[in-house]
Amino acid sequence: MEKNKLTPWLYLLPAIVFLGAFMVYPLIDVFIYSFEEGYNSASQTYFGVGGYNYSYVLHDPYFLQALKNTFILVIITVPVSTALALVISAGLASVKPLRDLYQTVYFLPYVTNTLAVGLVFMILFKKTPYSDGLINLLINMFGGQSVDFIDGPYWAKMFVLCFYTVWVVMPFKILILTSALASVDRNYYNAAKVDGTSKMRIFTKITLPMISPMIFYLVITGFIGAFKAYSDAVALFGTDLNAAQMNTIVGYIYDMLYGDSGGYPSYASAAAIILFAVVLTITCINLIISKNKVHH
Amino acid sequence: MQNNTDYKKVQKISAQNNRIITGVTYFFLTLWGIVVLFPFYWMVLTSVKEYATYNSEYIPKFFTLTPTFANYTEAFSAVPLGRYFLNTLIFTVVTTALMLIVVIPAAFAFARLEFKGKNFVFILFLSMMMIPNELVVITNFTTITNLGLRNTFSGLIFPSIMSVFYIYLLKENFEQIPDELYYAAKVDGTKDFKYLMKVMLPISKPTVVTITILKVIECWNSYVWPRLITDNPMYFLVSNGIQEIRENGFGRENIPAMMAAVVVISVPLVVLFLMFRKKIMAGVARGGTKG
Repeated sequence: MEKNKLTPWLYLLPAIVFLGAFMVYPLIDVFIYSFEEGYNSASQTYFGVGGYNYSYVLHDPYFLQALKNTFILVIITVPVSTALALVISAGLASVKPLRDLYQTVYFLPYVTNTLAVGLVFMILFKKTPYSDGLINLLINMFGGQSVDFIDGPYWAKMFVLCFYTVWVVMPFKILILTSALASVDRNYYNAAKVDGTSKMRIFTKITLPMISPMIFYLVITGFIGAFKAYSDAVALFGTDLNAAQMNTIVGYIYDMLYGDSGGYPSYASAAAIILFAVVLTITCINLIISKNKVHH
Repeated sequence: MQNNTDYKKVQKISAQNNRIITGVTYFFLTLWGIVVLFPFYWMVLTSVKEYATYNSEYIPKFFTLTPTFANYTEAFSAVPLGRYFLNTLIFTVVTTALMLIVVIPAAFAFARLEFKGKNFVFILFLSMMMIPNELVVITNFTTITNLGLRNTFSGLIFPSIMSVFYIYLLKENFEQIPDELYYAAKVDGTKDFKYLMKVMLPISKPTVVTITILKVIECWNSYVWPRLITDNPMYFLVSNGIQEIRENGFGRENIPAMMAAVVVISVPLVVLFLMFRKKIMAGVARGGTKG
């Protein structure tokens, strides 16, 4: 009998060990780190305990730049990608032939290596001595001036980053929305058709409310994902994001931890906790709004 | 009579409108398809252009009549792309295998076994799903560094194994298997472990395959942890390798060789995707997110 009581824990043991070592312990530790002032990773000593790390991070111009970049990225990419995915999914749902093919193609970016394909975007947008790059030639064709999107003005770099981010997150959103659209009860549509309701009205009065929980799910995960943006930026602008003025909050955390400007786990921890607080706040606001707006 | 022709006219106009709408829909669907596919086309195209040709094209050509595979040889010889590839393969296979070894028994315990505090422990597990990686990566980095495991496979693999979400997914699946099967097996004196291996796993094979594929994708594309934990190119994974190539390899201007490397890195997952298209998309729809 004694043995029987232990058996379930034996099955759980590996999971508990890994969770404990690499999630629970680090979670507690990161809070401790963030309050230890003047931590030295070589000697593992610190001077005192307090909020200095937070104040340092919040006054660091690099962090403020990262914060600004991340917010711009979030505010642009989340609505744009969600709306675009909605339009594309609605289009997909309304056609029959070739739908599978389109769906397959649209999903491709999900399985690609962000770093690798980012390089392709870089060469498409980059202006080099040899060539202005394909996108600039397109711009020239329409009478515009060439812009260096990779090493040029801030808005141009932000544009590429947003464009690439949208490209990367679209597969997931299209997939979720197409399955949500497919699950709407056809009887509603038939009833509306009998009443002679226009297509636009059917979409706004029936389809949208029916799939609104999924839209909100996408908005919430979209916010969380966009706040954690990092590898897209590295793919486009290289690892030295501070120099490119294109750092994100997550990038700032990793730079503090490691790399040329690294070796400050306390600052990294403080920044990580600030990020967590921001994401948590936004998620809560989203949940409150969705409670009032979403049709269940 | 008058009424009848009106009706026909209305029907005709409506059919015409529908055709126009369908046409416009296909146009925009195709447009997005091009936006998605074009970068892939461009990377393959550039990878087969000759270095000299590429650099002499001020206006890049959309096709090439003299494809060359020299860039691929260059990609494998000038930088240790084969090494990165092998590392990623080892990392992916071992991490995914260990993940299954950890996740399957845990899901079994939660789904089938009775023990004190089960619900409490399960809720604790679930709450871990809300913890962002960024919070724990800092300490993990210090832990692995202090253990002297930087630039080792152990350091790469161990912190990457756990996925609470997969325990949850598999548990849900296990619970759908009727209790009667379990009791019948118990009466026959079958051990729990044997029951898990011989009955539950075969029945839940689709879910196991799904989580395996999702984990493989995650491993193949992982960048942040490997970047933190390796600075010796001998242990680089493909993501870090490509970043290294971009910053130091080939001479910065050899774009065709760079694109050849990008193609090589992308092909395995694209092939995997085309093979298991339905499974991957269903699995992701059930709760995968990117990154």
